[in-house]
Amino acid sequence: MFDLQWLLIAIPLASGALLLVWGKEADRFGHLIGTVASAASFVWGAVLFAKLMGSDAEDRSHTSRLFTWIDTGTFHVDMSFTFDQLSGLFVLLITGVGTLIHVYSIGYMEHDDRRRRFFAYLNIFVAAMLTLVLAADYLVLFLGWEGVGLASYLLIGFWQHKPSAAAAAKKAFVVNRVGDVGMALAIMLMFAQFGTTAIGTVNATVPGATQGAATALGLLLLLGACGKSAQVPLQSWLLDAMEGPTPVSALIHAATMVTAGVYLVVRSHGIFDASEAARNAVIVVGLVTLLVGAWIGCAKDDIKKALAGSTMSQIGYMMLAAGLGPAGYAFAIFHLITHGFFKANMFLGAGSVMHGMEDDVNMRHYGGLRKLMPVTFATFAIGYLAIIGVPPFAGFWSKDHIIEAAFGQNFWVGLGTLVGAGVTAFYMTRLMIMTFVSAKRWHPDVHPHESPKVMTIPLIALAALSAVGGLLALGDWIQEWLEPVTGAAEHHELGIPVILLTLIIVVIVALGIIAAVVFYRREPIAAETPADSSVSLFARAGRHELYGNEINDAVVVRPTRHLTRFLVWLDGMGIDGFVTGLADRLGDTSQFLRKPQTGFVRSYALTMFGGVAILVLALLAVTLA
Amino acid sequence: MSEYITLSLILFTIGAVGVLVRRNAIVVFMCIELMLNATNLAFVSFSRQHGNLDGQVAAFFVMVVAAAEVVVGLSIIVSIYRTRRSTSVDDASLLKS
Amino acid sequence: MTTFWLLAPIMVIAALGLVFARKAVHAALALAVVMISLAILYAAQGAPFLFAVQIIVYTGAIMMLFLFVLMLVGVDSSDAVRETIAGQKLAATVIGLIFGITAVLAIGQTVSGAVVGLKAANGNGNPYGLSELLFGKYVLAFEFTSALLITAALGAMVLAHKERLTVRHTQADIAARRMREYAESGRHPGPAPTPGVFARHNAVDTPALLPDGTPLDASVSPSIAERGQTRSGFDADVARTARQLESDGEDDK
Repeated sequence: MFDLQWLLIAIPLASGALLLVWGKEADRFGHLIGTVASAASFVWGAVLFAKLMGSDAEDRSHTSRLFTWIDTGTFHVDMSFTFDQLSGLFVLLITGVGTLIHVYSIGYMEHDDRRRRFFAYLNIFVAAMLTLVLAADYLVLFLGWEGVGLASYLLIGFWQHKPSAAAAAKKAFVVNRVGDVGMALAIMLMFAQFGTTAIGTVNATVPGATQGAATALGLLLLLGACGKSAQVPLQSWLLDAMEGPTPVSALIHAATMVTAGVYLVVRSHGIFDASEAARNAVIVVGLVTLLVGAWIGCAKDDIKKALAGSTMSQIGYMMLAAGLGPAGYAFAIFHLITHGFFKANMFLGAGSVMHGMEDDVNMRHYGGLRKLMPVTFATFAIGYLAIIGVPPFAGFWSKDHIIEAAFGQNFWVGLGTLVGAGVTAFYMTRLMIMTFVSAKRWHPDVHPHESPKVMTIPLIALAALSAVGGLLALGDWIQEWLEPVTGAAEHHELGIPVILLTLIIVVIVALGIIAAVVFYRREPIAAETPADSSVSLFARAGRHELYGNEINDAVVVRPTRHLTRFLVWLDGMGIDGFVTGLADRLGDTSQFLRKPQTGFVRSYALTMFGGVAILVLALLAVTLA
Repeated sequence: MSEYITLSLILFTIGAVGVLVRRNAIVVFMCIELMLNATNLAFVSFSRQHGNLDGQVAAFFVMVVAAAEVVVGLSIIVSIYRTRRSTSVDDASLLKS
Repeated sequence: MTTFWLLAPIMVIAALGLVFARKAVHAALALAVVMISLAILYAAQGAPFLFAVQIIVYTGAIMMLFLFVLMLVGVDSSDAVRETIAGQKLAATVIGLIFGITAVLAIGQTVSGAVVGLKAANGNGNPYGLSELLFGKYVLAFEFTSALLITAALGAMVLAHKERLTVRHTQADIAARRMREYAESGRHPGPAPTPGVFARHNAVDTPALLPDGTPLDASVSPSIAERGQTRSGFDADVARTARQLESDGEDDK
């Protein structure tokens, strides 16, 4: 039965290919094919998962080999997939949320004449993402890794007629290449060190390798993860990626693809377990991204960019948790799943708002939409409560565990996550107030309205999942479920009772909410974005994404440009200069030699006569000598 | 004896310079005839020098060939003149480009 | 030797004249002088047959051909004034001098040894000795030259030949055509008379008169006829013109 797990990938892949090659006749029903393919994949995944749950604890990892992909000398790569506890959860998340977003997109993309292509790309994305999580070999994982990168590029730039979208797609692609270099180097290093790139073998043999090799592997994988998951310092592409259609932002840039980095770290736990330094690097990256993302989320007026900042921040939480080692892996995955629910929910909610507001994304033009969009508001509110961590919604359970584990690791790390939770509450409350609660500020020509059912039903489903997602942690189910994959967690003893810490978290979150309410309810919100000069330094930095683009420009882009210019100059003056100079000199010589060739017979005759004269002179010289 | 050869060489040189400096095709032709005649003089002189008639026979052949050459050359000049209305050798500079 | 020293300067001067003469005819005359002098030198060197051939072939045939072609392309055709190739004259002169001096020094002075003379060779007469060689030793070359001459003659004919592209109309053809046109369309067969024929004036504005005394409008320029400026050329006109001339004469007084 598990031998047929490749169907999970094959169905959406076939559907995507079909939609791409099928002509215009498929425009009428192409979206249905795409949705059905995704749903079929979900059903099959659910069947397999149920089977997995029903089997014995020892019998929950199934690797099936499809064919030999590469077989050269000592290098052997099988196209094989593993369906185990971790990948099973991911399959459900990807296909489940993916299917809901497919359904939503039917409504959202209704007026786009390239909807069929959009669904083809979505299907290809689902197939690539499933390849990534099911892969039993790092090289196969890399295949999926690049596949999602491609799908992400195609979908961010889906509205390629907008220069900003095309630029954003290119930016995402280029920044991801930096991470991919790390990933590729890691895979090469694995082969050099262990002679194989099979995930299971590598993770099992890492403890036998040197500390340096393990650290190098860990850092390279972290670089790859940073690129894909928009972690500092490769975070800059995610905010621009919001140029893509909103369902894309929800599926790829919130729920699934961007969390691939976290998956990679958890999947490679053997490597990170073996290297303290690599783990610490993951924690630092996670913590920094958590705070940076939250900071950006506070300052953005663009609803999608505010949510994108929030996504960065939440992935920072997951990264941090993954960096905590066995104590945090399960919580990282848990938060990843709950985040997949509530962030997809909120992105789709934002899409619903935009749909009603004629694609305006500026929150300062919203306000008071609560009454006009009751379903969107209600579902969004549930997502909101989930993300800020209000009990008993999903986010509370997952974030609480992470903060707890962080305090178990180090007080300062714990404090950082705690601050992050407070800031999260602040900016999400700000978003809610600006969008749904405050006085209406929209343009008279805009007529906000509730979205059609095809869009609200996925919202309701995701809201329900956001509300009850915490059940996964009931009785430590998720830890126990994932234990065979991630290893058992040793329990850290906190200085204070767990319940007290939970209370502190709730208080901090409440403080964040109160601060936002005080800040944004005290006076009416301006309908136009205040100028940079009139806002605090803090907000200005947030608006400019903490000058991440400027730093990239200064550190990478400009030096590279100068180097390129220098190389062009060197090429032009040095190499070309020599070659063309040689040709030029030859040309000049030819021009000079051309002069005697006047075309007049008499000048040729003169030359001949001159030759005869020289002959006679030579004759004379020889005779005299 | 050498005075005949010297005269022959002087005539030949004058003919050659004439070929180079004159532009009228007919005059150029005449200069070529002068050069041929100069060689004929040398042939006849050498014939006397060596005491046999082979040089004279050579001069005779040169005359015959010169006659043929003049006939063909002049008809070429006439046909060029017919199309170009010019007998300047510089006008027939199609060798260039 | 006297002959040589008499003729040599003449020949050199004539050769220089050939190079420097402005007119092609003068150059041809200079060349003729050189050739006749050469013929005499041939005779002086025991080559009477070549003397005759030189006079007949060169001076007689070839020079005449040159002059004939000169007449054909225009006797006055002289070199263009401007030298087209920069430095050509100077270079030619310099190279000519170098060549001439070195050749005279190198070759002209190397001829040494006693002069055998042609007494023995011309024992049976010069033409006899030559013909012995021509039809004996050099008979093959002789035959080839005959082939060459035929080819040259054919080549000259081909080159000088000009193909007619249209049918040539003879005078009889033209006359017949005119008469036919007169019969068919009534077009006058003769040439249109010039103005003033048979009239009292021969000015351009006076139409010719036909034998019956009527003016022929076709004889004046159409533009004059169009402007109405034609005069009849009858007596009244003449009287008026005469009066005008007389009054002009009185004004002069």
